[in-house]
Amino acid sequence: MTTAADDIDPVLRAEALASLLIERGLVDEAVMNNFIKTYEQSVGPMNGAKVVARAWTDPDYRERLLADGTGAIAELGFKGPQGEHIVVLENTPGVHNVVVCTLCSCYPWPVLGLPPSWYKDPSYRSRIVREPRAVLAEFGLELGEDVTIRVFDSSSEVRYMVLPLRPAGTEGLSEEELAALVTRDAMVGVAQVAAP
Amino acid sequence: MGGKHGFGRVPPLTQEPPFAEPWEGKAFALALLSIRAAGANTPAFRYALERVPPADYLASYYHRWLIASQIMLADSGVLSTEQVTARAARLSGADAAEPDPPELNKPQMPSGGPGNLRTLETPPAFAVGDRVRTADLHTAGHTRLPGYVRRRTGTVTAIRPAAIFPDSAAQFAGENPQHCYAVEFDSRELWGAGAEPFSLSIDLYEPYLERVT
Repeated sequence: MTTAADDIDPVLRAEALASLLIERGLVDEAVMNNFIKTYEQSVGPMNGAKVVARAWTDPDYRERLLADGTGAIAELGFKGPQGEHIVVLENTPGVHNVVVCTLCSCYPWPVLGLPPSWYKDPSYRSRIVREPRAVLAEFGLELGEDVTIRVFDSSSEVRYMVLPLRPAGTEGLSEEELAALVTRDAMVGVAQVAAP
Repeated sequence: MGGKHGFGRVPPLTQEPPFAEPWEGKAFALALLSIRAAGANTPAFRYALERVPPADYLASYYHRWLIASQIMLADSGVLSTEQVTARAARLSGADAAEPDPPELNKPQMPSGGPGNLRTLETPPAFAVGDRVRTADLHTAGHTRLPGYVRRRTGTVTAIRPAAIFPDSAAQFAGENPQHCYAVEFDSRELWGAGAEPFSLSIDLYEPYLERVT
């Protein structure tokens, strides 16, 4: 099946594969539906946002998070597939981190859920490792010339998440209010968190 | 895809649900479950994705997950391509005969435990601060050494957890666990003197690296 594929459309292919695997007892339909529901409802960037808000408000947690991302993230109950070893990259006024997977679509599922379209797009995958400043500008993020850009290509089992800069003017906000400001895009490093 | 030209501008940063249509959720779940059903592993799934015909690969993300699942299941003799084609035809109302399942040929690679991380007794060959050069490897099968960092010199910045070696595991030739390193390259080392200034960090397994003396 390495030759040119047939012209079965995706909806039909999914149905055909599902029905064959289910009737052979190789896939349990309830398990399949539960996987879908989990990644639609329970696992997503709202998890990562809680991690970021905790790091912004609790200096000890921040320290643990940067030293052992996997462990500190598990403290908040987030773990699972594609999260065996998570490294958290700290943005500072002088350093901006951005994450990609040029080889496929590796992404830290427990904290960010499944990757969005742009992350899987060939344009992002090919260009962010070659001209990150230009790509970030296309996304609307203009970084000063004095900001060092660090690009992380997720090529092993390690998964990366960016700890964005806390925006100015948020001193009075609660952890929950802060979490509501944090976006998926900021945790991949293609945006910054905007002040409310 | 690192460094390839011709894919144009990046798409806009849109808010979107995890699955645009119900079949995408099904494709996602079926792929994960097919890895189990085929007796395969995540590197083998990535290797199957790399063998999806290029036009199909570029056409749709979750459709390529389905095609890759089919490749994996066919490799393991769990389901043949002909079975899927016939079932698809029947589901669309055609009177297609369903072929018998193929002969089971599931990989029998011993597992060193759950997940892909492993503990190695041998010490890492490189330390933080070491200068290393990526090998001139042209693996015929699966590899996690992208072409754009091949034959380049960088610096080890961290030792990552050891893990099963994707190049071996993808083809069920054994877990062959290896040490893994974060290696940082200057953009000019990768893209020449005119490159934008930035650093590129990538995690590379020990067999990909040679010491620079």
